[in-house]
Amino acid sequence: MSDPVSALNRAAFTGIAQIAETGLQGMITLRGDLASAVVIKAATAAAGTDMPARGEAKIKGEHGLCWMSPDEVLVLCPHAEVAMTIAAMEQVLAGEHALVVNVSDARAVFRVSGPLAREVLSKLAPVDLAPQAFRPGMMRRTKLAQVPAAFWMEDDRTFRIVCFRSVAQYVFDLLKVSAQEGSEVGVF
Amino acid sequence: MLILQCPCCGVMADETELAAGGEAHLKRFGPGSSDDDFESYLFNRVNPKGVHFERWRHAYGCGKWFHAARCTATLEVFGTYSAQVTEPPQEIRDKISARRPGWRWREFG
Repeated sequence: MSDPVSALNRAAFTGIAQIAETGLQGMITLRGDLASAVVIKAATAAAGTDMPARGEAKIKGEHGLCWMSPDEVLVLCPHAEVAMTIAAMEQVLAGEHALVVNVSDARAVFRVSGPLAREVLSKLAPVDLAPQAFRPGMMRRTKLAQVPAAFWMEDDRTFRIVCFRSVAQYVFDLLKVSAQEGSEVGVF
Repeated sequence: MLILQCPCCGVMADETELAAGGEAHLKRFGPGSSDDDFESYLFNRVNPKGVHFERWRHAYGCGKWFHAARCTATLEVFGTYSAQVTEPPQEIRDKISARRPGWRWREFG
């Protein structure tokens, strides 16, 4: 029996910020009517957090709910619990028009941390990352240089980034360049 | 640089995050219509200098379509609104009238 391996096997880099591929993270896409009581129940029971409002991420350790679009949330859970969580969600959603898919192994997850984390990401994404504009608890789907990505903040100096597994090396290289020594801008 | 607020997710989205979808509020002429109407539906587009209505998709964000009203000459954005309408809402028309009195765009104005 082979063990699941994350895209870059916990590669790490330290420059003006710490960058690390975080290893395996369970991720389940849930699409449906987010106002439906049944969908809300399935999502919140699976993640153990409240339903996120538009543009929010509710994270509690390895669990969480991220608002992806008006009809989609991303359910986070430990990688080993994905199958069990999906089974439980499908039971709640029986008869409801909704979609539950395991996307854990289609994604890669990075953490960028340090006092200059905002700067590292600002160089790559067309997003206002000033401390008053982007705060922990918010969720943003956007692009990093040429590829789609999504991120939220774990605390005021730590970003968690999700991208497609196929571009994991590209995103890691981007972050390394963006965080190379001597590249501080000092804008925030 | 064009920045549009996506009405679906509320994000101020940079042009590079969006996919352009061409002219808005086209009336479809399908099977059974006259050749002239069908040709016009397929090929004829306005190319105004000034007020224009367009479709955009928040491709790198929430993935949803929406409408935008803007000025092609100054890049001023008058507003964005839902994709699920067949004509610009009154609120958007009022905003344009305030900035460009006497504007016309196809049958609207």
